[in-house]
Amino acid sequence: MTPLLQVEGVAKFYGARVGCTDVSFDLYPGEVMGIVGESGSGKSTLLNCLAGHLTPDAGAVRFDTKTDGLRDTVTMREPERRMLGRTDWAFVHQHARDGLRMNVSAGGNVGERLMAVGARHYGSIRDTATDWLGRVEINADRIDDRPTAFSGGMQQRLQIARNLVTGPRLVFMDEPTGGLDVSVQARLLDLLRGLVREMGLSAIIVTHDLAVVRLLADRLMVMKDGHVVETGLTDQVLDDPQHAYTQLLVSSVLQV
Amino acid sequence: MIQVENLSKSFTLHNQGGTVIPVMEGAAFDVAAGECVGLIGASGAGKSTLMRMLYGNYLAASGHVRIGGVDVATAEPREILALRRETLGYVSQFLRVVPRVSTLDVVAEPLLRTGHALDAAQARARELLARLNIPERLWGLSPTTFSGGEQQRVNIARGFAYDYPALLLDEPTASLDATNREVVLTLIEDAKARGAAIVGIFHDEAARDRVCDRVIDAAAFTPGMAA
Ligand SMILES: Nc1ncnc2c1ncn2[C@@H]1O[C@H](COP(=O)(O)OP(=O)(O)O)[C@@H](O)[C@H]1O
Ligand SMILES: Nc1ncnc2c1ncn2[C@@H]1O[C@H](COP(=O)(O)OP(=O)(O)O)[C@@H](O)[C@H]1O
Ligand SMILES: [Mg+2]
Ligand SMILES: [Mg+2]
Repeated sequence: MTPLLQVEGVAKFYGARVGCTDVSFDLYPGEVMGIVGESGSGKSTLLNCLAGHLTPDAGAVRFDTKTDGLRDTVTMREPERRMLGRTDWAFVHQHARDGLRMNVSAGGNVGERLMAVGARHYGSIRDTATDWLGRVEINADRIDDRPTAFSGGMQQRLQIARNLVTGPRLVFMDEPTGGLDVSVQARLLDLLRGLVREMGLSAIIVTHDLAVVRLLADRLMVMKDGHVVETGLTDQVLDDPQHAYTQLLVSSVLQV
Repeated sequence: MIQVENLSKSFTLHNQGGTVIPVMEGAAFDVAAGECVGLIGASGAGKSTLMRMLYGNYLAASGHVRIGGVDVATAEPREILALRRETLGYVSQFLRVVPRVSTLDVVAEPLLRTGHALDAAQARARELLARLNIPERLWGLSPTTFSGGEQQRVNIARGFAYDYPALLLDEPTASLDATNREVVLTLIEDAKARGAAIVGIFHDEAARDRVCDRVIDAAAFTPGMAA
């Protein structure tokens, strides 16, 4: 089987400071990988390098494109990478305002993404948008409201609808439940879990919350100071951590 | 079906002065299709650790665990997940519940993710929940709020929904009343009859005598305790 994403020796520095370094892994179709580690460990830097938002200083990020197979997205031309960003990838930000257009209606936020990949028929765009609002548990009668009128949890669900409506093959998520109340988090996680399974999505989820990866991720990568210190099957890494840092991380939460 | 070879395990507690606890050395045994093997040994002998290594939940330090063509001790995460989906079932002592998922769906899930039709999966889930005496009014609820005994029976229903060729059972009859204990023992006998290879931990000696074809003493693999 060809990996969907093949990451080799990726590094990113901010001046002399390490963002992330020496990161390599293969992600296979349908796999959900969690990246955990404390704040400042390089999770977001890595995710942004993988999603084409940051240019790594070293390494290759090969994506299995529909037409040409594995291609290094670091060296491909900008328009091509942007096209992949619209058709094949999705990026769910921690703060919904970074991933939504706050002055556009909920329906517009979802519809806009369909139009960006070529949908033109107004009626069917609106139908698809309504369907997706339903899938993320937003009432159809809110379709014309702007996200500014939504709660944090609803905004996040809308961001997910906007991202998944185009049927991406790989979803990047940066702390998707961060900043939400615990009860709201549970609902969002359950929803994400259902969508990931139903759509057979491949995903990379960055979080500092071990309960999130326990629920969503097949496998884990643990980062510290920009380095990957441990990888493995999610329940194995959490129940039988090998590295000193992972043991500390696992023992400092009550129970996951 | 299950082949354990020279399996070893130690825990290194990095944050407690790097203390190394050797818990297993040279574990080796086979389990054939249709056979049930009981793990015995005093508390702390390593029964649960061994079972978790068979499932890939604990990492083996060395050795091999071959189940259905996969060496769990060295396999990639995706290979272990595929093995757990298609081949290797595990009834742990405690149900790990996902919030907001109904009991019926919890039990039907192993069938749905192996490609069984929704109708058939739910019918099988209902049959098992009824056999295990979970009141029908609870089937639509998440088991989160169930009593310990009810959760355990849901866990057992889930573990037996799909016909795994290999099954791991960690104290499946603990704290069950006589009626439900009998149901579980019958489920185990039926699984053996259809050819499942089973490894079980049973503190209930009568249950063990009834379903196990032989026992393996984990103390034989405890470092410093081997005869
Ligand atoms: N734009 C930036 N300029 C300078 N340093 C940065 C920048 N972004 C991140 N860093 C540094 O890179 C390291 C990794 O940060 P980040 O990837 O945001 O970690 P995480 O997402 O795990 O919290 C940290 O030391 C952080 O201070
Ligand atoms: N995750 C763990 N970390 C450290 N030590 C462990 C862990 N799991 C089990 N042990 C140790 O391994 C030994 C065997 O335990 P266990 O397998 O639970 O025995 P049994 O199931 O036979 O009672 C014990 O000394 C126990 O403390
Ligand atoms: Mg971050
Ligand atoms: Mg035990």
